[in-house]
Amino acid sequence: MSEKTDDKSKRNSAPKNGPMAGMIGEKPKDFKKSVGKLIRSLAPHKIAIIATLILAVASTAFSIVSPKILGEMTNQIVKDLMAKQMGFIAEFDYASLARTALMLISLYILATICNYLSGWILARVTQRVMLNYRRDISQKINRLPISYFDKHQYGDTLSRVTNDVDTIAQTLSQSLADAVASVAMIVGILIMMFTISWQMTLIALAVLPISAGLVGVITKRTQKHFKNQQDELGELNGHIEEIYAGQTVIKAFSGEPKVEKKFSGINRQLYGSSWKSQFFSGLMFPIMNFVSNLGYVASAVLGGWLAINGKISIGDIQAFIQYVSQFNQPIVEVAQIATVLQSTVAAAERVFEFLEEPEEDDTGTAELGAVKGAVEFLDVSFSYEPDRPVINSFSASIKPGQKVAIVGPTGAGKTTIVNLLMRFYDPSSGKILIDGVDTRTLPRSAVRHQFGMVLQNTWLFDGSIMANLIYGKTGASEDDVKKAAKSAHVSHFVESLPHGFGTQIDGDAEIVSAGEKQLLTIARAMVADAPMMILDEATSSVDTRTEGLIQEAMERLTKGRTSFIIAHRLSTIRDADLILVMKNGNIVEQGSHSELMKKGGFYEELYNSQFAED
Amino acid sequence: MNQLWKILRKYWWQILLLLGGMFVQVWASLQLPDMMAEIVNKGIVGGDQNFIWQQGWMMIVVTLIGGVGMIVSGFFAARVGAGFARDTREAIFSKVLCFSIAEVDKFSTASLITRTTNDVNQVQQTLVMLLRMGTRAPIMGVGAIIRALATAPNMAWIIALSVGVLAAVMVVLVVIVMPKFKIFQSLTDRLNKVTRENLTGIRVVRAFNNEKIEEQKFQRANQDLSKVYLFINRAMVVMFPVVSLILNFTTLLVIWVGAHSIDSGAIEIGNLMAFMQYAVQVMMSFMFLIMTFVIAPRAVVSLRRISEILSSNESIKQPDQPQKPDAKVRGVVKFDTVSFRYHGAEKPVLSDISFETKPGQTTAIIGSTGSGKSTIVNLIPRFYDVTSGSVTLDGVDVRNYTKEDLRSKIGLVPQKGVLFSGTVESNVALGMPEGATSAKANKALVEKAVRIAQATEFVEKMDGGFEARIAQGGDNVSGGQKQRLSIARAIAREPEIFIFDDSFSALDFKTDLKLRHALKEVTGNAAVLVVAQRIGTIKNAEQILVLNEGKIAGKGTHYELLKKCKVYREIAESQFSESEMKAEMKIAEKRTGKAEK
Repeated sequence: MSEKTDDKSKRNSAPKNGPMAGMIGEKPKDFKKSVGKLIRSLAPHKIAIIATLILAVASTAFSIVSPKILGEMTNQIVKDLMAKQMGFIAEFDYASLARTALMLISLYILATICNYLSGWILARVTQRVMLNYRRDISQKINRLPISYFDKHQYGDTLSRVTNDVDTIAQTLSQSLADAVASVAMIVGILIMMFTISWQMTLIALAVLPISAGLVGVITKRTQKHFKNQQDELGELNGHIEEIYAGQTVIKAFSGEPKVEKKFSGINRQLYGSSWKSQFFSGLMFPIMNFVSNLGYVASAVLGGWLAINGKISIGDIQAFIQYVSQFNQPIVEVAQIATVLQSTVAAAERVFEFLEEPEEDDTGTAELGAVKGAVEFLDVSFSYEPDRPVINSFSASIKPGQKVAIVGPTGAGKTTIVNLLMRFYDPSSGKILIDGVDTRTLPRSAVRHQFGMVLQNTWLFDGSIMANLIYGKTGASEDDVKKAAKSAHVSHFVESLPHGFGTQIDGDAEIVSAGEKQLLTIARAMVADAPMMILDEATSSVDTRTEGLIQEAMERLTKGRTSFIIAHRLSTIRDADLILVMKNGNIVEQGSHSELMKKGGFYEELYNSQFAED
Repeated sequence: MNQLWKILRKYWWQILLLLGGMFVQVWASLQLPDMMAEIVNKGIVGGDQNFIWQQGWMMIVVTLIGGVGMIVSGFFAARVGAGFARDTREAIFSKVLCFSIAEVDKFSTASLITRTTNDVNQVQQTLVMLLRMGTRAPIMGVGAIIRALATAPNMAWIIALSVGVLAAVMVVLVVIVMPKFKIFQSLTDRLNKVTRENLTGIRVVRAFNNEKIEEQKFQRANQDLSKVYLFINRAMVVMFPVVSLILNFTTLLVIWVGAHSIDSGAIEIGNLMAFMQYAVQVMMSFMFLIMTFVIAPRAVVSLRRISEILSSNESIKQPDQPQKPDAKVRGVVKFDTVSFRYHGAEKPVLSDISFETKPGQTTAIIGSTGSGKSTIVNLIPRFYDVTSGSVTLDGVDVRNYTKEDLRSKIGLVPQKGVLFSGTVESNVALGMPEGATSAKANKALVEKAVRIAQATEFVEKMDGGFEARIAQGGDNVSGGQKQRLSIARAIAREPEIFIFDDSFSALDFKTDLKLRHALKEVTGNAAVLVVAQRIGTIKNAEQILVLNEGKIAGKGTHYELLKKCKVYREIAESQFSESEMKAEMKIAEKRTGKAEK
């Protein structure tokens, strides 16, 4: 399911979509290459990681020998018991028992310390790795061309910052050490078992293929059901989302029965795949348990038989049983690591993919003096996609202080001009000159410095109003900001807020209305005090009074500045020195209002239709 | 919680079977150490080889029985969990569909969605876990304690001691780490928020060259988060080593004390080995129990959020005795001194609103944002109920209709074009009753509606025409196209009254114009109610209501209002240029002057 809107992607960033979603491993595209990159990116921490692994292995080794020693204590008890029954001794040999116990205690403590140390170091490594990946991604965000974000959903990038990095960290902090310890454990236990009795070991191992086969069969079945469950859950979520979002329409058209029928259908299917996946994955445990119990019984029986024949001691049986019961855990873990590793590498791949995206070139070094504001388009052509030209050799010359209105029906591509002026995109051929300097010879930041911008999307961040206004120009004084606020007509309403300019704007709280937000963005552009302005006039959801204020503030903002206005007001259009008329992405006409009206083309049609009597 | 309890209660027999399977399985697990002890005591120490073989077969049988018990309990745990989730989702979904807009507003759409999806999943997961681990651990724990006592009563204190220490360690850990988990969550949210802000404002960030500021903001959030992460992680890695240390010390203690007991002849050697395993089982059960206690509360939040929905009362109820209107009157909506106030709000949104629509005529409502235009619209299909006064349709109070009857008379076109996944046809036909007319007639109606809505051209260009797929939320068509299809949907309903809630804003001027002409063809005798921002779009309405702060500030035609209504004039001034305004005023003088004569 593709994540289209901002709102949906918010949910996408929640770690899991459904019960045990993590069971289905995502497959990386190029496993080897990505693993290589992952390892290389961990290189700075190699000493710490190696230390961790050594400690984990050591801890495992210590804990592996202990059952054997514990078994020796039992043996000693048995021996003493026999001796006592025979009347050789009056009491058990507690001194020697205590010596063994002491040795065990020190082993246990050593194992604990090694184990903890390994986790402790790994925690630090993981933290560093997370910190750095996230820092790199965030810096990368600001170096990518805007086109990247026009093509990709926010949710996509967001999920790389959070989920993917989390997945890598999770694997690093848990699965990695676990896997190494598990392998060490399997080897260690095998050695210990063989030293006790090869016959018993072979019997105990004989059940392994059975359990491995069963687990394989179950996993295969389970994966199918998990996949179904995931798909159906996605479908259901999609259905719920759109129905809830369009509730008024459903109600107004009495569509409830239709909608409920569809819901029930998907819901019932989901029930089927849901219980099946739960059940089959849940089978794993009883089956492993059963097999391990079989091993237990086999070792007990065979051990008993061997003991009677004097080939083995009771303490050894006890130790052996402990080993058998410990043997399953690491095998399951090693089996799981494959899936975990796969999804980790897939996550890492997404992170690297993002970090390796081509960056916005910024090679210009030319400098601009004090800018007067002459802008010239010289034979500019542009296309968003290679074979679909949007602007064809467009030329225009704008004198300092002139007003340019960009008009056209909805979806005609009016923002393309803004994109080119701000160098969010670069023309495919031709030049844009500011005061005679080709903007491509300038650093992008230098070009952007020349423009103040007020967009339809009134973006403000969580923070005080003051911080939001100062955002227009780092280092602006509070006085400057207040002055700008005044001429943008915001100081009155800001001062009526409980904390004035210190009032926090919180994304969701409606402290400021849509119109007031628009005014704040105008004030922000005023703080920037750039020689040229880019404005979008669209103010559809604003009441008349605020609309008047906005209009006034915009007029003040553009006074004496070269300005480009995506125009919706007729007054703006008629006052403009130059009108660019856009249709289907192209600039189809240009000229002043009277020229264009005389011409009787698309503009005239557009203009008349707005006020035509019907 | 009551409703959820009712849902779960339906599964009582499955839960009973689950518990049965669990008992069998626990019994089998506890049987084995005892049988092993007998092998040691009677078989090895007693030197009886036959007994060992016999006991071996018995043990395999017991193991098998235990396995079956486990599968049975696992089967029912999965069924109950998934069934409960299915029923709960169904209950929430139909409840939400019954909600009035007031309740939807109360919860917010986003929250309703998470409650129906994520919260239910969370509860399902926890329920399955509780059914498996939460039931097994206490049964196992109690069983193991009983066995341990039977095997070597004098060593029971060791188990008590170990469990005590284990409990202390776990409690300390939970107390230290749990609050940090909350902080961790909120810091993760902040990191998300900062990143989201940077992404949504990417153009603004670059326009003002503030990339560095954004990076610093991010890095601060990043560092704060990673500090807490480190703390939690280091605290959590204590758990495993310490728990296994306690387990190891316990077995050691059992052997040490057991040696003395054997020495004094209180127990046999086999019992010592059995006791060791019982002790471990008790402690493992205890660990699982604690884990369920830690995990279960996560679901409690979800559970509460779900039951909030299920237990909230619908504020819009069906009438006890629904009425049908007189067949002669059609398309007359009448507001009689209507006031409306949101629940808990201080000031009313609407007060003293009275007007009447006439069949075949257009009534327009204009006013600034927050003046209550959309609220008027919402009162007609009973998305809300009036606080005082009454809204009648064709002479019957809207509260006396069944919801279906009432809404079948209304063709609503909302502000934003809303489409649903399906086909073009399924979207346009949403409001057409199923099976009432032939498929062919239905299709003709859909086609006609689409044509009038000026959508035929683009629909035919789409892959599949009327059968073309519409993606979720209509994401594969443009805003204007969505708007036209939602107009078609209203037309296909053949309503008595059309309501256009500022529906023309997404259309360009030309389409808008054509559409208006074509609409005349179908609106015919229907009443039309238009909510608008632009005066240009409603100039020709037979009746215009000017709304200001919830009150009617003026009522009349365009030119009448220009002359007599100050608010209307202000709106006009903000939208017309000076010269246009002058011209309009001149016409107004002339026309109304004539009328007065």
